[in-house]
Amino acid sequence: MRTIPLINVEDLSFTYSGASAPSLQNINLRVDRGEFVILTGLSGCGKTTLCRCLNGLIPHFYPGQLTGKIEVAGLDVQHRQPHELARYVGLVFQNPENQLFSLTVERDLAFGPENIGLPRAETRRRVEEALHTLNFEQLRHRAPYELSGGQQQKVAIFAVLTMQPEVIILDEPTSFLDPKSAHEILELIHQLNREREKTIILVEHRLDLASQYADRVVVMDKGRIVLNGPPRRVYSEKAYLIGIGVPKLTLLFNRLRKDRLHVRGNPITVEEAYTRLVEAIARD
Amino acid sequence: MIEIDDLSFTFPNGYKALNGVDLTISDNEFIALMGENGAGKTTLIKHLNGLLKPTRGDVTVDGVNTKRASVASISRKVGLVFQNPDHQLFCETVREEVAFALRNFGHKEDVISQRVQWILQTLDLSQYADSSPFTLSGGERKRVALASVLAWDPKYIILDEPTIGQDYLQKDRLRNFLLQLTSQGKTVLIVTHDVEFVAECKPTIVLLSKGKVVGQGPSEEILTNPEVVDRCSLTLPQIAQLTRRLEPYGADKKIIDVYSAISEVKRLIRRHR
Repeated sequence: MRTIPLINVEDLSFTYSGASAPSLQNINLRVDRGEFVILTGLSGCGKTTLCRCLNGLIPHFYPGQLTGKIEVAGLDVQHRQPHELARYVGLVFQNPENQLFSLTVERDLAFGPENIGLPRAETRRRVEEALHTLNFEQLRHRAPYELSGGQQQKVAIFAVLTMQPEVIILDEPTSFLDPKSAHEILELIHQLNREREKTIILVEHRLDLASQYADRVVVMDKGRIVLNGPPRRVYSEKAYLIGIGVPKLTLLFNRLRKDRLHVRGNPITVEEAYTRLVEAIARD
Repeated sequence: MIEIDDLSFTFPNGYKALNGVDLTISDNEFIALMGENGAGKTTLIKHLNGLLKPTRGDVTVDGVNTKRASVASISRKVGLVFQNPDHQLFCETVREEVAFALRNFGHKEDVISQRVQWILQTLDLSQYADSSPFTLSGGERKRVALASVLAWDPKYIILDEPTIGQDYLQKDRLRNFLLQLTSQGKTVLIVTHDVEFVAECKPTIVLLSKGKVVGQGPSEEILTNPEVVDRCSLTLPQIAQLTRRLEPYGADKKIIDVYSAISEVKRLIRRHR
């Protein structure tokens, strides 16, 4: 039996009202339940627009001309309201300050479940579970702005997670964070993917850190999907040429091979690169 | 030269953001101010053009104490580009936005249009000259904010997190542009936690942690020291992690950028043949 993809986009094109050129052109994308997908490409390539199509902000809040099909968890996005879709697709913004607005952490975590009309007891259960998972019980009455950037982003992710969406879309969630907090956030996303089988769509420019967690990398250019496959396959010289920031380790290996040095593999972690280079150095 | 002498700053709510900072920024230096979220980096740079005045201590810009000068007069020398461009942009078009300060400083129209054209071209914004800044992407708006400051040609250029939201290509252009500014005699200070970006431009690093300067030195020294880096919630750049692992095989562990690493690894492989 053919499995039904969780996200199914067919021949999607979209032009914002008033814009002269389409922002998306003939997008075809299938994402299965539990996949971890990185969506990347140059600024203005249509990444954010595509994400807006997946949670219904397009066409409901951003008017324009849309053709093609967008289905998420079997729902036709064009004929469902964003609040209905919020149960299935959660969106985490780049800057947690734009997402958190309540006076306490607890209130921010409860906002989503209350908004989709869950009973009080269930809302409370989910908030407690979130506080427990984050080990933030001590922070429940604190104002979000009093927390560190990393803590804020964790609250923002769980404020989405309390609605128990199947898909979580994160738009450059680590770019405002220091490297240590960024690492913690990526680990947290990885954990949600592995342990709770959440489907992850991570919009990211900095591929050095995120690649090791991804099943697939989708590269967009000028409103189209131009590359779509496992990270190692996508980080070819071709990807470098269209200007995406392939991980430096990939760049290093591509260069060595170009200069006819024999190094094997296409590493995306330091450990892998180390092993491969030691092989090359110690050979013969 | 900007001299920061025993600078402390306490917010009205009692939060002490800076606690005895001593730092000299010499002319034509290229500095990256790094440190954990909440270390006091943004608070510190807001003192450099007098937006904030010290609770204790002094900041002097080319001999003028910021306590005794207006923000407008210091700004002619010290251009500050905020992290969030939306705190800075307000005009109807990109062209007007970039010309705004130049008009304010009383430049002639032909000078203004020339400078505006130059900076829009340099930052790859010409095609948006007549667009509203608010129709542009986050990365593009950031470049407009940068252009609006660079337009009036300040001697000191301070950028708060310039790489956030920039794709690889734009970061590469930004790096070249910053290096070009320093080669033209400008003094550039960036606030950033983008260790990979810093590893490729190699400025002098000043480390701030909990409101104090805790380290200062060349990128190759700071970004290869795991203890120092960890203390400021930074990480070693990927290339530095790799050359460190390869040290037993003869690699120079002070290598932090990818182009030096390419030649170093080639050397190692050929030597062992």
